[in-house]
Amino acid sequence: MVDIRMGFNLEEWYAHKLQGDVILKHVGSISPEMITHALDAVETHSQFKHQRLQTRKKLYNVFVECMQNLYHHVDPPPADLSVEGTSNFGIVIVVQDGSFFRITTGNFINRSKVSFIKDRIEQLNSLSDEEVRLLYRDILGNESISEKGGGGLGMLDIVRKTGNKLEYFLYPYDEEHVFFSLDVYIS
Amino acid sequence: METIIREDTPKTPFVRLDGEKGFVEIKGRSIPENSVDFYKPLIDWIDQYAKSPQENTVINIQLEYFNTSSSKCILDIFKKLELLHKKGHKVQVNWYYEEDDEDMFEAGEDYQSIINLPFKMIEMEE
Repeated sequence: MVDIRMGFNLEEWYAHKLQGDVILKHVGSISPEMITHALDAVETHSQFKHQRLQTRKKLYNVFVECMQNLYHHVDPPPADLSVEGTSNFGIVIVVQDGSFFRITTGNFINRSKVSFIKDRIEQLNSLSDEEVRLLYRDILGNESISEKGGGGLGMLDIVRKTGNKLEYFLYPYDEEHVFFSLDVYIS
Repeated sequence: METIIREDTPKTPFVRLDGEKGFVEIKGRSIPENSVDFYKPLIDWIDQYAKSPQENTVINIQLEYFNTSSSKCILDIFKKLELLHKKGHKVQVNWYYEEDDEDMFEAGEDYQSIINLPFKMIEMEE
């Protein structure tokens, strides 16, 4: 998985994100079967089972949204990337770091989507808890389901349930591809 | 009217649609990647049911987890029942949530704010 382009090193990024007690790590295809398996692995993990109900539910729900966001929205990785060749390549990591759980996702997107993703996350991060709640209700009540079934609520739901800002980086990889790294914290 | 029962799976809930009793139940986990595929037949059933409904219709929603994709479909079910209610039929929504599950409680509040149906929030002890 070693590849360095435009200063971005995927292997270093991955190693850095594994800091903490690793509950789950996945590098490869994001499929419905993989998601089912990952959910089961997290749910049966001792560090998950020992949490109080509210934390368990938040972690599980947010994990579902993070993975299904990947499933619906990843772009194919660069052709020269030495990962197992798959058009829906993504990385998912769940770690416990002290009193926090962190869900990290990483995937490639086309450069053309950078502005959209950046603007969307910056907008969500600028909202107060009350504004997030009202926007959620507004979209739930007024917008129809997108072709991918996402409904435009995934990221918003993550922000709402965690009460934390989304931490993200967009690493230029080559002329076409950008690596999108997202960290979600649940306390 | 035909009763439909769907057993639960790791990503889809148990569903019971009982036309004779005027009873709809959705229980468990609703986290499929494509919720429309799962919910469309249920919404079609409610459309049919609404043509000659019972005097009283009760819908119990008791979800442990549901994803945002399902949230839109659940709203579509409520909207169908809201139409029934507007026509003068009695409809009751029972929204179950586990004690301490603030997110599920708030999800019930979200629907209450959007749809105009008698809505009962029912807390279940752990």
